[in-house]
Amino acid sequence: MSAETRTPLIRLVKRTEMAKGKVFGIRVASIVIALILGCIPMLLTGTDPISAYGVIIQGSLSRPIYIKQTVKIAIPLLGCALAIAPCFKMRFWNIGAEGQITMGAVAATYFALFWAESVPHVVLLAIMFITAAAAGGLWALIPAFFKARWNTNETLFTLMMNYIAIGIVAWLQGGPWEGRKGSQLIPMFQDSARLPTVLGVHCGWIIVLALVFIMYIYMNRTKQGYEIAVIGDSVNTARYAGMNVGWIIMRTMFISGAISGIVGFMIVSGANFTLYSGVADGVGFTSITVAWLSQLNSFAMIAVSMILAVIEKGANTLQTRLSVPASIADIITGILLFCMLSSEFFINYSLVFRRREKKEAEA
Amino acid sequence: MEENYAIEMKGITKRFGQVVANDGISLAIKRGEILALLGENGSGKTTLMNMLSGIYQPDEGEIYEDGKPVYIRSPREAFSYGIGMIHQHYKLIEVFNATQNIVLGLDDGRLDLAAAAKKVKEICSRYGFEIDLSRKVYEMSVSQKQTIEIVKILYRGADILILDEPTAVLTPQETQKLFTVLRNMKKDGKAIIIITHKLNEVMEVSDRVAVLRKGKYIGAVNTSETNPQMLTEMMVGHSVSLNIDRPVYPSPQRKLVVEGLTCVDEEGITKLDSVSFTANTGEILGVAGISGSGQRELLEAIAGLYPVKSGSIRFVGDDGAEKELVGLTPKKIREAGVGMAFVPEDRLGMGLVGSMGMTGNMMLRSWKNGRGALVRRKEPENLAKNIMEELDVVTPGIDYPVRRLSGGNVQKVLVGREIAGEPAVLMTAYAVRGLDINTSYTIYNLLTEQKMKGVAVIYIGEDLDVLLELADKILVLCGGRVSGIVDARTVTKEEVGLMMTEYRPEEGRL
Repeated sequence: MSAETRTPLIRLVKRTEMAKGKVFGIRVASIVIALILGCIPMLLTGTDPISAYGVIIQGSLSRPIYIKQTVKIAIPLLGCALAIAPCFKMRFWNIGAEGQITMGAVAATYFALFWAESVPHVVLLAIMFITAAAAGGLWALIPAFFKARWNTNETLFTLMMNYIAIGIVAWLQGGPWEGRKGSQLIPMFQDSARLPTVLGVHCGWIIVLALVFIMYIYMNRTKQGYEIAVIGDSVNTARYAGMNVGWIIMRTMFISGAISGIVGFMIVSGANFTLYSGVADGVGFTSITVAWLSQLNSFAMIAVSMILAVIEKGANTLQTRLSVPASIADIITGILLFCMLSSEFFINYSLVFRRREKKEAEA
Repeated sequence: MEENYAIEMKGITKRFGQVVANDGISLAIKRGEILALLGENGSGKTTLMNMLSGIYQPDEGEIYEDGKPVYIRSPREAFSYGIGMIHQHYKLIEVFNATQNIVLGLDDGRLDLAAAAKKVKEICSRYGFEIDLSRKVYEMSVSQKQTIEIVKILYRGADILILDEPTAVLTPQETQKLFTVLRNMKKDGKAIIIITHKLNEVMEVSDRVAVLRKGKYIGAVNTSETNPQMLTEMMVGHSVSLNIDRPVYPSPQRKLVVEGLTCVDEEGITKLDSVSFTANTGEILGVAGISGSGQRELLEAIAGLYPVKSGSIRFVGDDGAEKELVGLTPKKIREAGVGMAFVPEDRLGMGLVGSMGMTGNMMLRSWKNGRGALVRRKEPENLAKNIMEELDVVTPGIDYPVRRLSGGNVQKVLVGREIAGEPAVLMTAYAVRGLDINTSYTIYNLLTEQKMKGVAVIYIGEDLDVLLELADKILVLCGGRVSGIVDARTVTKEEVGLMMTEYRPEEGRL
């Protein structure tokens, strides 16, 4: 028996350092592979993948009106990804953005419904903005407090808080805030409670772009950002350096929840003009994908949230034009996430095949 | 191919990425021989032995057992060739007793513990192991756990044994017992390889020494024909002075007074039991003890990182005023003007931020400085550059993640930062663990330098030979209690070893 036949077919070898360009190449390749793999479900539904991708691009980017709609989808994704990035950097698994968005939306809606006639337009929007941030922040503070005080599991806690928030809205919808009796609907906002549009899209896009810069500086240049990074690396090191870990966790979660709350405000005041229990519509979860794929880099989040928005908007067009179910978008997004995360594996490891090794040995 | 070799490794090469851990190494061992595999940390000793025990497969090269080529793909296969390895970190089930652990994982069809126990007893008496088979592992000392690991491998019929740094956690007395057992096994015709970097043990127990340096095979010599100086030169590649300078500081004064310090962990187990001592300026206070005797808790309690149940820790200012530190957080201690530096055992998990570069790690001590919300990067950057130059830190740049640096460079970054704060008290835990000889001596010199500047140095060490040469006084911990504080210049290694295992409150006190 020779040595060659005894070595495994494929072995994993840890790479050392990889050139930046090559890393970028692998990431791009993973997107391409994802798009190719995405053809499989399309073929299964009997659609020609090339024309389907064509429709997706066409339906999301070919005309100004489509672009505006795509951007509108991207805004909350980007905003929410910015919100959860500090938590993830700190390795605090906040999957409760959905509920924090919802609570922000609730606070904003209260003022939209009951203060719209007594307060001028700009002041009303400012109040809605601030109270939405406060509501989202406080909602996030609850699990953070329990984590800091009794070290409860934040993943389960934040997740459960989502359902409570959604339940509250469902109750408001059918109870105190119900518009026409029996409608189960909250009335539409008056004009003074709606965000003005800039370049055809509600001005939320300006807010999130400003947040991109602010969060970039916050995470990379401030003392608080430094504290977050140290805690994310090692809680013991943070304690050793004299940081009050519990306090920092609560503060960071408040900031994160506040930004999610602002996203909630933008959704109700800029896009839906009303509140219903599905207000967050999965944004709190999809934005986790955005944050991960961007490796928590604020600027990369712009691109990633746009890509996901293009797929989602394009898939809607796909449904109307080629009668392909729009949930194909979720499948493609899933494949994309899978490929991009596994690309990290190939950045860290390389595969050595038995045959290649044999050839090398002969050469 | 010579028939009288039990194992012969030929031209073994193993790469991890671009790092060549083993580069064309050839090594052979006979039956009835103890071979010491000597080399500094990172020289590839453990990697080489892991290939013999089936954990890794070589990229190139062949292994022969009794002249026949063998391919070892798993530890299980290694056992089928009679090869067993005792790793540095024991793999035992805490709630099982000795016998249960020994038979664990064996697939003989049915489990007959009584028969197994009989066989285990037979092995023990043959080689002189002292072991209580019905005892649960969590009740055992480190040395007893090691005994089980060895018996476990003998039980599986191994006649080629590899021991990875077996004496690292043992007291001098336990080491002697282990050596007796090893000699018995050698007489029984077993081939034994011990991985080590302790020269005096190599001289004492081995028949032959093979030396590795930076993944390369340097050579093998008969132990009787060599000496520590020569072995060190083979290991390091150039001559090294093995003496540690121990100057005397002219006017030592009290700096840190600890009285009746008692600490209890989360589970209510007493970790420190009324520990009292005084650390003086211009003195290195060595702390000796079996690992887990309360060393870590002692330093963390002083640094404000471990809850104190009772007792007092007082910092003596230059004016003689005493400041109570118990109950203060690390932040409060610093704000109180107490210059305390701490090099913890867990360098990357406590002392440093692995994902950040040198600059980011310098900021760990200074990030609060300056007004406003933004961090200052200029000063830490300069400090990082200084430390990089003064301590010869090998790194591609001051922003290169310290996690990727070698152990020695990681420690230089940490010690450099702690000393830069010009502390009055400098505490170090296992400061040279995992470091090569040169870096170790750099650290010893830095500590002595600090001592001569009038710093009170507390040094937790595991190598008694070094403690005896480096420290001025030695505090011995045994199960969380102080079993003695002795003069390092007069005490012997054996005396300290005894104090490590026996609590004798009245003897040996200064």
